[in-house]
Amino acid sequence: MNFEEYAAKPLLKAAGIAIPDGRYVRTPEDAAEAFDAIGPSVIKAQVPTGKRGKAGGIKIADTADEARDAAQAILGMEIAGHRVEGVLVEGRSDIHREFYAAVMNDSGSKGPLVLFSTEGGMDIEEVAAETPDKLKQTAVDIRTGFDADAARALLDGLDLGEAVDAIADFLVNLYTAYRDNDAELLEVNPLAQVAGGGLVALDCKFVLDDSAIKRHEDLAAKGSPEKLTELEQRGEDAVIKYIELDGDVGVLANGAGLTMTTMDVVRHHGGKPANFCEIGGEAYTKAQTALGMVLDKPGIKSLVVNFCGAFARCEVMMEGLLNAWDELQPEIPVFFSIAGTGDEEAIKMLKDRLGLVPYPDMDAASKAAVDAARDAAKGDGA
Amino acid sequence: MIILRKEHRVLVQGITGKQGTFWTELMQAYGTNVVGGVNPKKAGTEHCGVPVFASAVDAMKEVEFDASILFIPPLGVKDAALDAIEAGAKNLCILTEHIPVQDVMYIMAARGAETHITGPNTAGSVTIGECFQGFMPAFNERIFKKGSVGVISRSGSLGTLMCQNIVSAGYGQSAFVGIGGDPIIGTTTRDALEALDGFEGTDAVVMVGEIGGTMEEEAAEYAATMSKPVIAFIAGGAAPKGKKMGHAGAIVMGDRGTYASKKQALEAAGVTVLATPSHVGDALKESL
Repeated sequence: MNFEEYAAKPLLKAAGIAIPDGRYVRTPEDAAEAFDAIGPSVIKAQVPTGKRGKAGGIKIADTADEARDAAQAILGMEIAGHRVEGVLVEGRSDIHREFYAAVMNDSGSKGPLVLFSTEGGMDIEEVAAETPDKLKQTAVDIRTGFDADAARALLDGLDLGEAVDAIADFLVNLYTAYRDNDAELLEVNPLAQVAGGGLVALDCKFVLDDSAIKRHEDLAAKGSPEKLTELEQRGEDAVIKYIELDGDVGVLANGAGLTMTTMDVVRHHGGKPANFCEIGGEAYTKAQTALGMVLDKPGIKSLVVNFCGAFARCEVMMEGLLNAWDELQPEIPVFFSIAGTGDEEAIKMLKDRLGLVPYPDMDAASKAAVDAARDAAKGDGA
Repeated sequence: MIILRKEHRVLVQGITGKQGTFWTELMQAYGTNVVGGVNPKKAGTEHCGVPVFASAVDAMKEVEFDASILFIPPLGVKDAALDAIEAGAKNLCILTEHIPVQDVMYIMAARGAETHITGPNTAGSVTIGECFQGFMPAFNERIFKKGSVGVISRSGSLGTLMCQNIVSAGYGQSAFVGIGGDPIIGTTTRDALEALDGFEGTDAVVMVGEIGGTMEEEAAEYAATMSKPVIAFIAGGAAPKGKKMGHAGAIVMGDRGTYASKKQALEAAGVTVLATPSHVGDALKESL
């Protein structure tokens, strides 16, 4: 789960990292009032995405009127598909130098990775590609953690002058915040060295590990959940993974891999999938709810149901589906492919209750669904 | 990685739960040598015909075991896995999905050179005709039949489907290895490929990958050195960018983890990349 800057920065503060004096506000009036308390400010759009500056979402204010006008201009903007609902009014810093720092989960080393670069304020992928010698990184043994000695070793060879010790302390605090909050990524870019030599985190990106939300419920309430369509929200509420797509062939399958593949096969046969909907894992008893969601997608013309039982048992999924069928009476053609644990029972249920026979494999079922959608589209056009 | 054999002694952590019981009975019936289970609240009792212990460490003292399978809810996995590692298990199979990633990293750091881990978020593995672990329909002879094709899959459901296609094309498998759908897993595609390359009775390997990460690209480097034919299918070619496709590991970020990158790396290594899973029979016919 992503967090907006204003919701992420308090995590740094709690770990002993300095952040500018700031207020999160949702109206131009409140922005002017915040200016009165803070003084010369930066007004920053709060959206869970980067590149706000380029989109015009960051403005400078030297008076309360300027703060009001800046907030007026920024509030309601669309940045990378996100509507700006609030701005952060933040005191300006006297910046001498800017750095980049982050701690993230690394699948390569299967542990935390600490990164630091003297090229602050830049896109880190660019730094890594163009000036890799200015980017330092180190894998951490999560059991022993990351201390000031490890930080100094990481910084060795960079021209940091007297700031080395302060940066080492900062990195240790950043690592602590990463650990305490089950971060997937905790990034400060830029980290500013200000007049007097102190370090201030000017921006912060925090991504909370979705699998750890259950042990950080208060924190997660301040996050920005992914923007969902109405149908996707229904899926979320029912704990079924549903992603709405722009095609007309519905897909209902068990397991992430099989569901993705069913989409691929629909596309391979020239069709366009209407959705990703999987009822594998713990959701396999939820076929009933899932069928309703898939059928409610506007413009859906056919449906392929692809079950391959492993942990999820075909007869359990089929029972849910048939119950939903009785209630929902689908008007579109549905094409089945059934294999794996409980397949024989499921195939018998399908025959007994609906008089239908599954296709021999997913290619045949998907192709039939694509053809049916095409025929239906022709019918619509006529 | 270790491919589970019938002589391996297996501990089941979480044996008394609903899923633990259901699958332990099936594993025993198929041939898995289950020697004990763990549930701290039911230590001293017997379940599925084997003794239940308070911990894996206790179990090791009473009945030695080689491998442990965890039927444990997400927030309990870290402690259970550390217990099994401390006990000296050579192999851990972690089935659970949605374990906090920092817990997974802790487990990975804690395993010594002697402990191999499969998963998390795997459906398990089958050594055909010998034993299985996890949630696999090992009994279904239309899916698993003794033969010479080794199969690797990030996804349980898709791996199962691929196995069924292999059998219906007239072939069979030596072993199926489910490696799991998480971004951080103990046994990578490459690890599994190396293990199957050296596994007796294996003449070809079918590798079922997914978009996201770089495991297939790394496996391709090893495939290029193999004399056995390798056939691959990569799921997610039709998936939109930036969305987690059900598996936490299946997400394309920028140019990393794309279908195109994986297909290119595999084909450059001489691997046959299938358009759909139904083509596996034809590809095996050509290469065997």
